[in-house]
Amino acid sequence: MKIKLGKEDIDSSLIQQIERVSGETIKRCYQCGNCSGGCPVSYAMEIPPTQVMRYLQLGMVEELMASNSMWVCVGCLQCFSRCPQSVSVANTLEGLRQLVLRKGEDHDRIEDIPLPMLKNAPQMAIVCGFRKFVS
Amino acid sequence: MKIPYYPGCTLNTVAKDFDTSAKESARAVGFEMEDLEQWNCCGASFPLTPDNIMGLTAPAKVLSEAKKAGDRLTTLCSVCYNVLKRTNKVLHDDKARRKSVNEFMEDDYDGSLDVVHYLEVLRDDIGFEKLKETVTKPLEGVKAGAYYGCMLLRPFDDIGIDNAEAPTVMEDMLKALGATPVDFPDKIECCGAHLAMNNKEVVQRLSGNVIASAANEGAEIIVTTCPLCQYNLEGTQESANADTPNVPIVYFTQLLGLALGQDAANLGFDNNGGATEKFLKKKGLI
Amino acid sequence: MPRIGVFVCQCGNNIEATVDTQKVADETKKLPGVVHTESYKFMCSSPGQDSFKKAIKDNKLDGVVVSACSPHMHEKTFRRAAEAAGLNQFQCEITNVREQCSWVHHDETRKIGTDKTMDLTRMTIQRLKKNRDLTKITIPVTKRALVIGGGIAGIQAALDIADGGQEVVIVEKEPSIGGNMARLSETFPTMDCSQCILTPKMVEAELHDKISLYTYSEVEKVDGYIGNFSVTIKKKAKFVDESTCTGCGECWEKCPFKADSEFELGLSKRKVIYTPFPQAVPNIPVIDKTRCPKILKDKCGLCAKVCGPQSIDFTQEDQLVTEEFGAIVVATGYELMPNKDFGEYGYGKITDVISGMQFERLASASGPTGGAIRRPSDNTEPKNVVFIQCAGSRDEKRGVSYCSKICCMYTAKHTMLYRHKVHDGQAYVFYMDIRSGGKRYEEFVRGAIEHDGAMYLRGRVSRVYEKDGKVIIQGADTLSGSQVEIEADMVVLATALVSRPGADTVAQTLGIGYDKYKFYNEYHPKLKPVETVTAGIFLAGTCVGPMDIPESVSQGSATASKVLALFSSDKMAREPITAEVNKQTCNACWDCVTSCPYVAIEKEEIKDRKGNVVNMLAHVNDGLCQGCGVCVCACRSKAIDLNGYTDEQVYAAIATF
Repeated sequence: MKIKLGKEDIDSSLIQQIERVSGETIKRCYQCGNCSGGCPVSYAMEIPPTQVMRYLQLGMVEELMASNSMWVCVGCLQCFSRCPQSVSVANTLEGLRQLVLRKGEDHDRIEDIPLPMLKNAPQMAIVCGFRKFVS
Repeated sequence: MKIPYYPGCTLNTVAKDFDTSAKESARAVGFEMEDLEQWNCCGASFPLTPDNIMGLTAPAKVLSEAKKAGDRLTTLCSVCYNVLKRTNKVLHDDKARRKSVNEFMEDDYDGSLDVVHYLEVLRDDIGFEKLKETVTKPLEGVKAGAYYGCMLLRPFDDIGIDNAEAPTVMEDMLKALGATPVDFPDKIECCGAHLAMNNKEVVQRLSGNVIASAANEGAEIIVTTCPLCQYNLEGTQESANADTPNVPIVYFTQLLGLALGQDAANLGFDNNGGATEKFLKKKGLI
Repeated sequence: MPRIGVFVCQCGNNIEATVDTQKVADETKKLPGVVHTESYKFMCSSPGQDSFKKAIKDNKLDGVVVSACSPHMHEKTFRRAAEAAGLNQFQCEITNVREQCSWVHHDETRKIGTDKTMDLTRMTIQRLKKNRDLTKITIPVTKRALVIGGGIAGIQAALDIADGGQEVVIVEKEPSIGGNMARLSETFPTMDCSQCILTPKMVEAELHDKISLYTYSEVEKVDGYIGNFSVTIKKKAKFVDESTCTGCGECWEKCPFKADSEFELGLSKRKVIYTPFPQAVPNIPVIDKTRCPKILKDKCGLCAKVCGPQSIDFTQEDQLVTEEFGAIVVATGYELMPNKDFGEYGYGKITDVISGMQFERLASASGPTGGAIRRPSDNTEPKNVVFIQCAGSRDEKRGVSYCSKICCMYTAKHTMLYRHKVHDGQAYVFYMDIRSGGKRYEEFVRGAIEHDGAMYLRGRVSRVYEKDGKVIIQGADTLSGSQVEIEADMVVLATALVSRPGADTVAQTLGIGYDKYKFYNEYHPKLKPVETVTAGIFLAGTCVGPMDIPESVSQGSATASKVLALFSSDKMAREPITAEVNKQTCNACWDCVTSCPYVAIEKEEIKDRKGNVVNMLAHVNDGLCQGCGVCVCACRSKAIDLNGYTDEQVYAAIATF
């Protein structure tokens, strides 16, 4: 992969918007890798947590939006809990989800959820899931 | 001692046993949990992005209602606890967001409530020493693994119920009940939570790891504080393709109730696919 | 009428950019009493100073104002030049128009800067008109140095001062000198054995006729000032008579009671009467009074029975001694961050997670395993060892924000030592950056990787836990973007270097500054790295911040050169900025005595011709007075004034503004 980097990619208005929405400061991350090391779903992410922060530092939002990372993050906060720089990748990814959801683009549809699940699962799973995946 | 109590949706329905065993046990050790007169769903997830004011309104409404009933609010479900405690902290510390939320809700709640988990009441108000004296049926020989998951512990600065890396509150309680707590590495790892809705593969893997980790250290039963953890762990065991050891998963209050002499028939041990009953019978506890 | 000269410096473009210095010179010339003004590109340069001196002589100036940079920079330069031109040096005043004027204004028209420079200069002129000639105070110097801390920095400082012919006392709180360096196995990048290079210095310090060792001792109280410190030292009871003990070792051989060895960091036991390690200097044991049954409940006493020279004395008590010193070198060192807070690394819970210093002891030939690498839990040889760097360092949340500087190097060294001792073992290193700035340091790290096969992984470790007798490490390799899991036998944490507990109390006792991590502040981090703001007190080694052995040794030597310079003459001159009491108006209320932070004001007896005490008045001891001015404010009858900063001078400056 080769990227072309310019001033306009770094700290672009989109990055600033992501920072505003998520409340995280992207350049606080010094890429130590602790989050990727401890993330329980890192293995399932197309772009793992440490790289998520690096992509944002490089202004590569499009690639992030196309990856599954934000939809796999479960928000367990292990990344934030152990981050030496007090950065929350979970908050950052929720910020990215919000950008998508606020455009009205749902990630899930209620019709796709199996009926037994709807009947037996704790309500909290459904409510939480809808908050994370549906606009 | 009476403490206002927020049950939350799940404890009012599929996790009713969690609710009733806790209330009954509370009475046995000397406090009364009083349901809030009016309550609504907490939202089941604390909004991680600070500009999401809407996500704070549901829990703020609960807190505001609770404030009418007293200065403290107790709850059982890890997620409710996490959402209410964090929202309360935001409303207390962050003037701007407090103003936005109150304006929207036409309310004037100031975050002055003290949100405590049932375990904190047991530990700090009652005391595990006193609890131990109240036990009538010690859970001798029960090797129990306390599973904390995420929401009861993190983020530490907001929640602070116990050490976020090496918590012991549930182990201490289990000891008071006469059981043998089993420490296991994955006790603070995630079960997969709401991914139950659309990503079964992840849930089975994460929950499977938790169960395997507990079993590997010799746990015969896993104790939890969260209906979603319970659901995911149990579901993972029941699913046909899961290659995980068969360990019963129960709420901590179910074991508490048993040790305090409640009738096992009312404690809901039947909803674990028979495994829990079998185990408890083997131990001569029911 | 005074004859004043004003010199306005352009400082290249530093002042000139926002101040029209020529205009300042021209306008100032019009003021009464000013007979000469000039603006020059660099007043501090040789031609600048020559012109300054020439102007003083040619114009017969009796006072000069230099409007230039901060007096911290060049007050000395110009005062010296003024003196060379025949002026009393205290008739030379500096106006700070750079740091406090030109640098803070960005007005392109230069109006603000020029106006302000004129105001400030005018104030200095008015002040100067009230200056009196002052002469420097000379104070005697006690040529005896105190070195606090007997680690490598302190030992080096002491040896160099002693070799310079001056007396030194080393105060060390442990029973032996040697410090942390005595614990190390080999040292990077040369791999020479730490004890082999340290113990000769320890012995030299012990045998040097100019050095006295006060081991098992602590500094309790420091009074006085540069050249004349009076220090109270607590010599803790060793319960062993140092003058007769031969260090034969019979007592600690026979002592039946054991405790965890502090020196071995809990990896082995020591006796209750003990020396911390075999090469201890002095080789005299102490009794741990918190554990000795004879002292606690009058039982046992075996050591006294077996002691040939009868040196054991259970009745010994702590002793306070007060001694005089001319200079103090602070070399109190560091310790490793206690990392029981690092729950995710299992330290304190998992026996086979150890600190870097504990690894040093395992690798050391004199250590608990005789230099064989064995893991603590079951004494087996670990075949997979994971080294975690930055444990606590560069971690604002749970540790410290700074880089501990030496860990990259000692971790590389550890992997080498490990490979040299366990040929079929594999070392893994989790790192964030490899900081190997130093002579032959980078080559050393490459050697660990290329020659000794250490696997370096760029990433932090998130979690360490135990499973089936193995230590599982869960981390990341950010270069490949993958999660990494390693089943290890032992984990070594490169824990952060932190200041010693109580470092703040020591600093308060000495009256020196420290930062939020309780590392001591240098006078100037670049140009006065071993001085403190308190004259006569110097700093060496890791009490200032993380540093390696060569740096600590350099600092030790640097402090020695400072001390020897101070001791080079019997008296030293100091600024005459001291308070003075007007005996006519002093009403002896003693408010000044109570308010003086330096205990510099005494009650003086005023006697009549027959020698009868007729009055008591306040009197300032010039040697002790630091010129802070607190007494001036406290005095109700306005009987105290501060030389160089008299009320008259200050009011004159304000009045013209």
